[in-house]
Amino acid sequence: MSVKLERDKNIIPTDVLKRPDLQIISNMVVAGSRVLDIGCGNGALLDYLGRNKGVDGRGIELSQSGVNACVANGLSVIQGDADTDLEHYPQDAFDYVVLTRTIQATKNPLEVVKSLVRIGRHAVVSFENFGHWRLRLKTLLTGRMPVVGDDGHSWYDTSNIRVCTIRDFATMCDQLGLRVQRALSLSRSGSIRELKSTGVIANVFGEEAIFLLTRN
Amino acid sequence: MTANQGTSNPTGLGTEGFPGFQVELAREMPMKLDSGESIGPFTAAYTTYGKLNKLKSNVVLVCHALTGDQYVSETHPITGKPGWWQQMVGRGKPLDTDRYFIICVNVLGGCMGSSGPRDVDPVQNEPWGLNFPAITIGDMVRAQALLLDSLGIENLFCVIGGSMGAMQVLEWATKFPNRVFSAIPIAGAARHSAQNIAFHEVGRQAIVADPEWHDGNYIQKNTKPKGGLSVARMAAHITYMSETALHRKFGRRLQAGDAVRVGSDDIFQVQSYLRHQGSTFVERFDANSYLYITRALDYFDIAAEYDGILANAFEGTPVRFCLISFTSDWLFPTEESRNIVRALNAVTANVSFVEINTDKGHDAFLLDEPEFERTVSGFLDGVAEHRGLI
Repeated sequence: MSVKLERDKNIIPTDVLKRPDLQIISNMVVAGSRVLDIGCGNGALLDYLGRNKGVDGRGIELSQSGVNACVANGLSVIQGDADTDLEHYPQDAFDYVVLTRTIQATKNPLEVVKSLVRIGRHAVVSFENFGHWRLRLKTLLTGRMPVVGDDGHSWYDTSNIRVCTIRDFATMCDQLGLRVQRALSLSRSGSIRELKSTGVIANVFGEEAIFLLTRN
Repeated sequence: MTANQGTSNPTGLGTEGFPGFQVELAREMPMKLDSGESIGPFTAAYTTYGKLNKLKSNVVLVCHALTGDQYVSETHPITGKPGWWQQMVGRGKPLDTDRYFIICVNVLGGCMGSSGPRDVDPVQNEPWGLNFPAITIGDMVRAQALLLDSLGIENLFCVIGGSMGAMQVLEWATKFPNRVFSAIPIAGAARHSAQNIAFHEVGRQAIVADPEWHDGNYIQKNTKPKGGLSVARMAAHITYMSETALHRKFGRRLQAGDAVRVGSDDIFQVQSYLRHQGSTFVERFDANSYLYITRALDYFDIAAEYDGILANAFEGTPVRFCLISFTSDWLFPTEESRNIVRALNAVTANVSFVEINTDKGHDAFLLDEPEFERTVSGFLDGVAEHRGLI
């Protein structure tokens, strides 16, 4: 099933517009809720959610330049690491804990996802799907590892150390006993698919995936 | 307001005619100290910059460090040097005097006009010396709160300070959370580490070993333990800088010649720099104050009152925090700030935390660090927006 993207009435800042995953996530988040954005980069999503949806937002970012940009823009962001800094947050501290295009850079994605659903009543995870046909074909034809979302890097120096496919991720959610409230796949053209139970089609045609998870 | 510009110090011990204000506090009821003793009346000396708005909602309290004072953004009356935070406080600066009303108070136990050990004990009619009651960071903050009461200021838009100033900021945020809208503890810690207590002990021992100290009664003897205080300052000054910064400034460069010599001459440039630091310090600082204030830092441990669990100190806090540390600070390393951040996260407080990349060491907050200044302005702008100040 392909659905048209629901645009918010308010103007979305350029950074959010450029990233379809952020657009979809901002539509998932209920206005006025508490959101923790892990790997918040320059704070585009937090800034957008704060201004347009009255969200009480916090962020964690690894890069110093990202943190400084966020704080200098008035956002509540701390310098930290998804692998080490989540254990200090209490259960249900946030309505949503968001992890966009970051899970592939964590050392221990399993523990990170467990933390997400513990700290947040909902967890939102977006990632590049390494099961996409173009990547499969490229590997098949060139015989080389694909590097996605980390321009100018090679397999030996990319920060993306734990890449996965949609099916990999769905299997992990299963193993953790998590409830997938919603799962979407996105293609380059901007079309969005709701994932079917098997996720086989999405795993081939989705370039990116977004999962909305809760504890069972 | 009971303060008058330039009133003379009642103790008559050298701060007469200095710029700023002095006010006598705790006149009716002495202020309880953490030691169990009481003090009062006592004097608080302070300076202000900018204008208090009608709603009194634009007050920023700047807390100074161990050897700092209230001369934040004006020529120092003794040294003639610019204020210690001139780059941070002023028109168009991060602490913008066009927007904020800035107050800085000389700490209780200090020696720039607030009551301290060199003042005269009215009962004995001689300088307090070591008979002055022990002071803690908590006592300093309570004294500041009394001052604000006397000025009719209930709420602080922001409390900001570095090093010992950061400790006062944390004390404010934990003891008076409802009077503080935002807090910026810079290069601080929730407790003084054993290593830091050890460094302070070296300084204190240098002072008390000086024969001119006279068990703290040097004023009566009309002398000063200059040698001891100077060594204390030199030892402390090393801890304020990073190895990289010291090396960049002086390397192993020699003062003159390259002959191998013995004795206590200045041979390396770094020696002469330290000696200069020591000798200028004794002109503006009181040795007993140094003993009292270093002790106050040593006693500081927020978690101690909360069963050793730092997060409990912040439970339910409405304060917006911005913690800042510096990569090359080995006196108050980033991990100390991170500890506080973790405690604040544990109670889901509103917290920002930035580690500034610099090789300037602990003193970086006093130096030209554009990234640091941007962080402070950006955070304050965000908070000011929430507070309706912009």
